[in-house]
Amino acid sequence: MIFNEDFETLPREALEAIQLRRLQALVERVYNLVPFYRRKYDEVGLKPGDVKSLKDLQRLPFTVKQDLRDNYPFGMFAVPMEQVVRIHASSGTTGKPTVVGYTQRDIKTWAELIARTLSAAGVQRGDIVHNAYGYGLFTGGLGFHYGIEHLGASVIPVSGGNTKRQIMLLQDFGPTVITCTPSFSLHLYDVAKDMGVDFRALKLKVGICGAEPWSEAMRQEIEKKLNIDALDVYGLSEIMGPGVSIECLEAKNGLHIFEDHFLPEIIDPNTLEPLPYGETGELVITTLTKEAFPVIRYRTRDISTLHPEPCKCGRTLVRMGRIQGRSDDMLIIRGVNVFPSQIEAVLMEIQGVEPHYQIVVDRAGQMDTLEVKVEVDEATFSDEVRQLQVLEKKIEHNIKDYLGVSAKVRLVEPRSIPRSEGKAQRVIDKRQI
Amino acid sequence: MKVEQISVFLENKAGRLAEVTKVLGEAGVNIRALSLADTTDFGILRLIVDHYDKAREVLKQHGFTVGKTEVVAIEVPDRPGGLAWVLQILSESNINVEYMYAFVQHSGKNAVIIFRFDNLERAIELLHQQGVRIYRGEEVYRL
Repeated sequence: MIFNEDFETLPREALEAIQLRRLQALVERVYNLVPFYRRKYDEVGLKPGDVKSLKDLQRLPFTVKQDLRDNYPFGMFAVPMEQVVRIHASSGTTGKPTVVGYTQRDIKTWAELIARTLSAAGVQRGDIVHNAYGYGLFTGGLGFHYGIEHLGASVIPVSGGNTKRQIMLLQDFGPTVITCTPSFSLHLYDVAKDMGVDFRALKLKVGICGAEPWSEAMRQEIEKKLNIDALDVYGLSEIMGPGVSIECLEAKNGLHIFEDHFLPEIIDPNTLEPLPYGETGELVITTLTKEAFPVIRYRTRDISTLHPEPCKCGRTLVRMGRIQGRSDDMLIIRGVNVFPSQIEAVLMEIQGVEPHYQIVVDRAGQMDTLEVKVEVDEATFSDEVRQLQVLEKKIEHNIKDYLGVSAKVRLVEPRSIPRSEGKAQRVIDKRQI
Repeated sequence: MKVEQISVFLENKAGRLAEVTKVLGEAGVNIRALSLADTTDFGILRLIVDHYDKAREVLKQHGFTVGKTEVVAIEVPDRPGGLAWVLQILSESNINVEYMYAFVQHSGKNAVIIFRFDNLERAIELLHQQGVRIYRGEEVYRL
């Protein structure tokens, strides 16, 4: 099903004409309203009028996450605060989150894009959606929520956690659609199994899964165990949140990017040169219609590919391949962005802990696990077991507090974390995805 | 009246304890008493040795995290109720025992037990008053 035939099936030429017009207006607007962009464009001697074709996009400087941090919290907003009706945020490396804002119209656009996302998954009026993405500063829960209502389906705003209660609601309310992270869907299955609940007896028919990287093998597993179709959805708060792109139920072959609102590119993360369709590189996105928080050439750090071939679902929108990894050291653990430097900051803050640490990420059953090994030095050492356990708990508590993710801290002997050329290997990711 | 105890942080994995004893043995350091406190992840080895400084130096050279704690070596009558008598003196004055472990060797007819108290000075004073024998460091290292 296609929610917005007019925009989702445009011939390429017509789509590109819309994109160019929107891009030109955007560059004009940010140049005049956001000091950050004006400064950057002045530095390279670029005027808004210089954007004459979509090819000129490549002349515009990139925007990176650090730029957002430097302008914390509202420095990149392109409208006065009285026009901002919503604020979301995602975790950042220094304890300060990345903050994004939305105008009334941005919220409407987002709702439409989620309605398109849901339609691509076959969801329609009459469906009940069990929305298990977290509600709050995270864009997942509220993003989906308003889109589900916009489509006219029913939403159960269950948010994350309390798995057993979720199983009860899945049985009693009979939702036909579930929106959650792929790992949570499998966790639900495990818990249901322990409770003696059979997913085949539920009414669920489709799952819209995202917010963390997953694989084709994991899709097969989810589909088999939960007896549903599982579709990959993509988004990030810096761009909007969920609803940037979605797989269609018909093909399950790449995620359609809503190109009338987002202009995607794939670049070589080392040379920063744009790459042709089909080649693997870093996904870069320009928001074409965002009012409060537009970004131009935002480097997502996600590794993907772009495929322009028409799809059997009828959409003419370009498709991006599954996210294959990251071009930086960011880890996504249970949907939460975690940078090793954040862990380091927590350790530094706890007096006496010299940050010789190692992060071990694994997947126990269906859930990501995070273990932080910390070397014990003379300043932190005590001959009392209790003191060392207090230290472990304190680090665990601070990680949970600052990063929003549970970790198991393990004290290890000095020099036991392998170092290559004097530098410790900070992250070991054992997840098979 | 205090005895220097050396403590060593050990991960719970095979061979770590063997490594400590090997390092000490090669340096000619003799272990007088020891105890091991452990959790699922790590352990703390507490040692009384004949040459504290030497032990500390070689363990650090081998990359171990070592600590120093002052403990008390107390002579306890080797008969039923001997230890209870000593503990009674302490509990009456609200002194907590953080941990304790026994010397393998006897000193004559009596046992020697190593104590760590939350209030070391006060404990020594009290035990002294009650006529409990407390060993000096040099005596312990030579026991």
